[in-house]
Amino acid sequence: MLAEPTTVRRRAVETQPVDFRRVTRSEWIKFRSLRSSWLMLAGAAAGMVAIALVVAYNTRHLSTSLQLDDIVASAPMQGYYLGQLLIGALGVLFVSGEYSTGMIRSTLAAVPKRVPVLWAKLTVFVIITAVTIIPISLVAFISAEGLISHFRTGFSLGDPGVLRVVIGTGVYLTLIGVIGATVGWLVRSTPGALVSYFALILVVPVLFGNVLGTWGKDIAQFFPSEAGRSFVSTIHEPYSVAPWVGLALLVGWVLLGLVGATLTLRRRDA
Amino acid sequence: MIEAHHLTKCYGETVAVDDLTFTVRPGVVTGFLGPNGAGKSTTMRMILGLDAPTSGTVTVNGRPFSEHAHPLREVGALLEARGVHPGRSARNHLLAMAATAGIGDDRVDEVIDMVGLSDVASRRVGAFSLGMGQRVGIASALLADPDILLLDEPVNGLDPDGVRWIRNLLKGFADEGRTVFLSSHLMSEMALTADHVIVVGQGRLLRDQSMSEFIAGASTEVVRVRSPEADRLASILARTAATVRRTRDGELEIEGLSSDEVGIAAGSAHVTLYELSTQSASLEEAYMVLTAESVDYHTRTTRDPVTATDRSPAVSSAR
Repeated sequence: MLAEPTTVRRRAVETQPVDFRRVTRSEWIKFRSLRSSWLMLAGAAAGMVAIALVVAYNTRHLSTSLQLDDIVASAPMQGYYLGQLLIGALGVLFVSGEYSTGMIRSTLAAVPKRVPVLWAKLTVFVIITAVTIIPISLVAFISAEGLISHFRTGFSLGDPGVLRVVIGTGVYLTLIGVIGATVGWLVRSTPGALVSYFALILVVPVLFGNVLGTWGKDIAQFFPSEAGRSFVSTIHEPYSVAPWVGLALLVGWVLLGLVGATLTLRRRDA
Repeated sequence: MIEAHHLTKCYGETVAVDDLTFTVRPGVVTGFLGPNGAGKSTTMRMILGLDAPTSGTVTVNGRPFSEHAHPLREVGALLEARGVHPGRSARNHLLAMAATAGIGDDRVDEVIDMVGLSDVASRRVGAFSLGMGQRVGIASALLADPDILLLDEPVNGLDPDGVRWIRNLLKGFADEGRTVFLSSHLMSEMALTADHVIVVGQGRLLRDQSMSEFIAGASTEVVRVRSPEADRLASILARTAATVRRTRDGELEIEGLSSDEVGIAAGSAHVTLYELSTQSASLEEAYMVLTAESVDYHTRTTRDPVTATDRSPAVSSAR
């Protein structure tokens, strides 16, 4: 075998070993350098505040024609319906965007152990979403109650369960976004992953709940979006688990998704 | 150094890479040739650990690529699909890549400058031409000043300046004792750049030899003669074992004799010659002869590995 002259070559560039901190930094650069990331976050934030104000304005005078959903403390938080579409899509795209553009090959050539990429993306996504959406949930609630208080007594963060619902909305959106990201790891193609995510969050629970009768409702309450809904609502609906059980179920879905994503990432060809 | 050992990749029933054993050595530019679908890209992906081999192994500087603590420093890669998100600027793409290895912003700007993208580095890659996108990929491969360059069709879409720049870059890398492994369909460019060739067909190794041996071994030399007495010379040469053809310009092309022998024959018959030259075969001709064989022979049933000196047409799909 030939001697290896590479060992005597003077190195022009210093490199450091790949570790979790460096991969996380890389993922943060990737996140912040895509305009779509910020557009979706801003859309979710603006949508949640706007919907909170619209709900507050429409319910400023109590009347018998109003639904219970729309006058309880969690009413202004209904913007999470829109939020879960945008934050979920953000999670999906953060991952599937790598696969549909071929970027994943560059990523994995730089981090060939692969799994650190998943944890780094998770870290970046959770931190950014949580620090944006949890405060936005508070802003949405406080501005809605501020508007209502001009007309009638509303709710305050100090009322029983209200803080849970308001902070919980931000937590729910963060976790549902992580589920979007795990769907991205599992499905890979952007259109496929988006359809799968929306099906899991919106379509399947409705199918079970409305088409299949009571046993369908029994099953539907365990789906991520339904379980999460029990946590972000102040009213307890029939066929719905208790709030903290809902949160536990949601976390369970997230963990299940992460296990599946890790296995897929390790085993499948990129 | 890249060492592949009985490397095999199957996708369901299809065998994309079939028992490849080869070594890509430092200090020379090694060309990787083969028709579309011959398994070149799959092999390159397996070198980087992006695809897992069905069987066999491939190592990079003695270890599987994924076990290196400094992967970007071991291998700088440009793969067929460029691997850049179109929504991100060239500079941000390179910054993200560099961050994994703790490479500073200075070096990012340096490689941007090297590939001539300084003016457009802050624009989204999606707006780039094919050649500019290719330059981003090359910049990315050069980031950590790697020991091994692994390039799939690097000159694709580059302008003549860029092509020449790449050629000099790769030769310089090899001269410094580094390993360069590249695929290309541009035979003339490959002939100028590579010192060694590995040729695959239908996933199997056809040749692993030096460029000069490959060209010399694969096709016959032709002697070209321009003469006012071409007809007389042709009839003299026809008495020997040579094959003589007339070209449209009235020149003669002789196979089976050396230029010396043609000159002696012409001299002893007092035939005036204006020009006497040897047309050596090109890489393209050598490649075409070899791959035509590989496409023609589908009936080999044995599976013994084809060695570098094995001149038999060697590809099987009958398995």
